[in-house]
Amino acid sequence: MTETVETPRMVKIDTAGIYYRDLNARLRKLVDEGVDQIVLQNVCGQRYIASDLSRPVDIKICGTPGNDLGAFMNGSRIEVFGNAQDCMANTMNAGEIIIHGHAGDICGMAARGGKIFIRDYVGYRAGIHMKEYQDKKPVMVVGDTGQDFMGEYMAGGVLVVLGLGLKEGQKHKANFIGTGIHGGVIYISGEVEQHQLGKEVGVAELDEHDREILGGLVAEYCEHFKRDAEAIMRRPFQKLYPKYLRPYGRMYSY
Amino acid sequence: MRTLVPARFIVERDASKCIKCQVCVNQCSFDSHYWDAEDDEVKVRPGKCVGCHRCVMFCPTGAINIRRSPLEYRENYSWEPEYIEDIQKQAEQGGMLLTGMGTDKPHRIYWDHLVLNASQVTNPSIDPLREPMELTTYLGSKPDRIEIDPSTGNLATRLAPQVKLNVPVMFSAMSYGAVSLNVQQSLARAAAEIGTMWNTGEGGLHPSLVKYANNTTVQVASGRFGVYSEYLKTGRIVEIKIGQGAKPGIGGHLPGEKVSAEVSLTRMIPQGTDALSPAPQHDIYSIEDLSQLIYALKEATNYQKPISVKIAAVHNSAAIASGMVRAGADIIVLDGIRGSTGAAPKAIRDNVGIPIELALASVDTRLRAEGIRNQASLVISGGIRSSGDVAKAIALGADAVNIGTAALVALGCRVCQQCYTGKCAWGICTSDLKLTKRINPELGARRLVNMLRGWALEIDDMLGGMGVNAIESLRGNRLHLRGIGLNEKELEILGVRMAGD
Repeated sequence: MTETVETPRMVKIDTAGIYYRDLNARLRKLVDEGVDQIVLQNVCGQRYIASDLSRPVDIKICGTPGNDLGAFMNGSRIEVFGNAQDCMANTMNAGEIIIHGHAGDICGMAARGGKIFIRDYVGYRAGIHMKEYQDKKPVMVVGDTGQDFMGEYMAGGVLVVLGLGLKEGQKHKANFIGTGIHGGVIYISGEVEQHQLGKEVGVAELDEHDREILGGLVAEYCEHFKRDAEAIMRRPFQKLYPKYLRPYGRMYSY
Repeated sequence: MRTLVPARFIVERDASKCIKCQVCVNQCSFDSHYWDAEDDEVKVRPGKCVGCHRCVMFCPTGAINIRRSPLEYRENYSWEPEYIEDIQKQAEQGGMLLTGMGTDKPHRIYWDHLVLNASQVTNPSIDPLREPMELTTYLGSKPDRIEIDPSTGNLATRLAPQVKLNVPVMFSAMSYGAVSLNVQQSLARAAAEIGTMWNTGEGGLHPSLVKYANNTTVQVASGRFGVYSEYLKTGRIVEIKIGQGAKPGIGGHLPGEKVSAEVSLTRMIPQGTDALSPAPQHDIYSIEDLSQLIYALKEATNYQKPISVKIAAVHNSAAIASGMVRAGADIIVLDGIRGSTGAAPKAIRDNVGIPIELALASVDTRLRAEGIRNQASLVISGGIRSSGDVAKAIALGADAVNIGTAALVALGCRVCQQCYTGKCAWGICTSDLKLTKRINPELGARRLVNMLRGWALEIDDMLGGMGVNAIESLRGNRLHLRGIGLNEKELEILGVRMAGD
């Protein structure tokens, strides 16, 4: 593990060929010693990065981190210059993850707080079972599109799908969007047909309040990835919301 | 709609003993008793009684008795009253029948068809009154071999994290929301006092219970309620819940009305919303995915906690258990068809899964055959009622057992199966603050400790009777068991011989 100390509080690590357990143990130690900024170079599939750090830090990752990046993360900021794999931000409590590329399946699963920005597309089950609690409200912004089960069982938070990669006339392909949703909201741009949505999903135009929330998130997305926020906001958006707060309340006899 | 479901119980009040104190009115959370001011007497609403006996136990003059309703149906082996009444309920309400507690169906209880050995002349028994007996159990993965550093004489092998239990009996996962906080406080306090574990279930960890961290198993289930990094670090064991015996293969819904302000704080969800635990964990669709979550939790806790994985006992449990061990689980928990629950569809509870005895025997046999039994501890649950069941479970191969219903019975539960209503008159399965006060954590803990102490003494005696002085010597020692009234296939799966053989 080649390590370069740029300043006392900033460390660069060349992770080529480093086993994930050794890398994560090193990260834990550096953070405990007071390092605030860590740059990981040549990352290639190492899992669980930043899932157990004693305090929030800033991590830049060059390469492709492995599954469960930032799982259970509580306040750190991760910027990935490459793609992310499955289970990114699994059950995240707080923090920020920015992906300059695409991400795999199950991004942001059960996230309770924090922000996730993905420049391109995501795999299956993105934002599944995201929830919110008191002042914690997770947000996930996907630049392109996602696969089936986006926002399934969503219990809170905001999922934004910008559809930027869709060509003229091309529709989103995902099915079962928002199945079982009972909290939170999905803002989606690009054509989605009724049969692609879960039966618990309501569809509405954005009101002033929605546009304010969406505008703020789009502005952040554009700041991260150098895009034109005004052009994105001119696109038509739909709001997907839970029709029922208790979707399964009438399933039982007593 | 007029109900066609008849009353199941008759409440009898002896007028000569009743002093009209209305204790029964106050104690009955199902509104069975009421005060009629006009007639100046306590009356009963037919059909409301659930047979929980709260009024019987608290009537100061012993004026109340509860009997099964004498309503007679025409004899029919196929159409028993239960099936007729269930259909009537569904015809009236149109949903899945919901129920609480473990199944009441007569699935064979193999514990009752197994008997333990006792030493006589050739191998004398041990007297626990004057010989030290050892019930201590260590949960966690054990190494294939131990290496000693010859220069220092110290252990050179690095052991996986171990959890010490003074008795091989732990309290099952029962979440805050399903049971009251006072129940959890009773369990946690008792676990700490006796040196065993209690389990948060998937409802998060209430701040008042953090002080029992060393005796706490924290659960990570599909809803991920209350799961965050501090929670994981606080627990002594982290348990991934895949399934439970009462409802294998399905999820759970804690209705919004049970998500009180305090429950919402612990579960970390808004007050009054449904807490949905979907059937699968969305990040586990294979053994490889399970392995990924196991190691995510190991990373998140810096490899300092054993990771437990709980599944319901099903047809292919043995193959699944093998995969779980290879996926990195340190503890495997198997929950059988008689496993309890706060709420489950009756159809699932009574029809899905297999008895824990058979699952335990087949899993232990399979793991031994594959040479990986040492790599994970085996904990079973689902219908453990007594110290005899515990001893037999250990002889069949378990490292320890979990008890749920037995612990609640120690706290007063009468197994009336109404947990899902949230009206538990004993203050056990409820978040109603008035009812919750009926469990005093200090007295509750005392009752639980007493019960476990009694069981420990009995297990000591049984071990002594077998001529062994440590629970380790009984574990998986099926020669200490014999079967009664079992067929050859049952004996083969259990790996025990027939009595007399």
